[in-house]
Amino acid sequence: MVDFSLWDIVRNLLLALRWTVALSLIAFVGGGLVGLALLVARLSKLPGAAPAVALYVQIFQGTPLLMQLFLTYFGLSMLGIDTSALFAASVCLTLYASAYFTEIWRGCVLSIPRGQWEAASSLAMNFREQLRYIILPQATRMAIAPTVGFLIQIIKGTALASVIGFVEITKAGQMIANATYEPFLVYGCVGLMYFALCFPLSVWSRRLERKLNPLR
Amino acid sequence: MSLDFLVVLAQWPMLLKGLALTVLLTAIAAPVGSGLGIACAWARLHGPSWLRVLVGSYVELIRNTPFIIQLFFIFFGLPALGVKLSAETASILAMVLNLGAYACEIVRAGIESTPPGQIEAAKSLALNRWQIFFRVVLPPSLARVWPALVSQIIIVMLGSAVCGQISTEEISYAANLISSRTFRSMESYILVTLVYLGFAVLLRQTLNWAGPRFIFGR
Repeated sequence: MVDFSLWDIVRNLLLALRWTVALSLIAFVGGGLVGLALLVARLSKLPGAAPAVALYVQIFQGTPLLMQLFLTYFGLSMLGIDTSALFAASVCLTLYASAYFTEIWRGCVLSIPRGQWEAASSLAMNFREQLRYIILPQATRMAIAPTVGFLIQIIKGTALASVIGFVEITKAGQMIANATYEPFLVYGCVGLMYFALCFPLSVWSRRLERKLNPLR
Repeated sequence: MSLDFLVVLAQWPMLLKGLALTVLLTAIAAPVGSGLGIACAWARLHGPSWLRVLVGSYVELIRNTPFIIQLFFIFFGLPALGVKLSAETASILAMVLNLGAYACEIVRAGIESTPPGQIEAAKSLALNRWQIFFRVVLPPSLARVWPALVSQIIIVMLGSAVCGQISTEEISYAANLISSRTFRSMESYILVTLVYLGFAVLLRQTLNWAGPRFIFGR
């Protein structure tokens, strides 16, 4: 048996934490872009877009993230795409995040008074200009706090990528726990590291909510 | 690429057993977790200051760590302290603790939005603090936050898929088992995902129906 000092455990976990952060950022940025595209599709009154996006959201919000990961992992390889665990996890978490983002942001857009749209179109703005200059600037302000809040969900969601074999901090924790026979210590450390990552974000999100909410 | 669901469907007894355990886990964790959430919400608003700090730390700790780590900590970590739990008990405990923390914040938001006049009216009728909390404050608060609470219960139900990782034989565990027995991974995961989707929809409808009738109705 290899001897692990506490520092060895912490150091290895911190190294793996980089992958948790990287995967979270990929999912956050990717999910944000896809989610925005879906939101625009839904708002543009494209025929069929609204029910299709609603179904998409329902599927991702009504099924476990774990199953979505398995489906992506096996689905991509069935389609003949050579997948690494990182690629499959990125694709899956991007889609997962996009479903939530599009729904969160739609709520923000819907809370903008109807008159804003009407005023914009009475100024002969087209759909793109209405979104760009009138609706999105106001909706963005409202969306910041819940978006940061959802980033926490994404970080916690990346823990499940360990199940399809991606070595981020949870998987690293499992491997170290198996090697050291100290699951209490190791999972305690892993939990605290997630906490150190997420807690500042939740405090920030709450502060933003108080500061940016125009209704209070 | 071809899909063959019949091979997977032939394993229906395993799927059914898995579904039964998922339903059972949810049926225990949802009321107990919600109850814990209500107790914590009370403690955070009216409890002594040491209890407020304690409950506050519990809520933040749970809300800022992934469910799978909470589960691993309880199942693999706690035996080091001499607390040995079966996979099922550990799963239920993790689900209850998880739901409790989220429900606490949801219920607290509901309680905080109670108009002060309601409490003053109750006091003027000489109700004691427990009567005020359970009969005047809590029911309308639950009614206000019911949709959020239902969503959280569904999130915890979906989260229970992770419990298969510590060999709780719920339905996602059945999916893993079937996929390794039949080599039909895609089919078993699609099927089980659809079962989850159906159960999520059904659970939401049931709770939306049951809430006003049994929980906070009159």
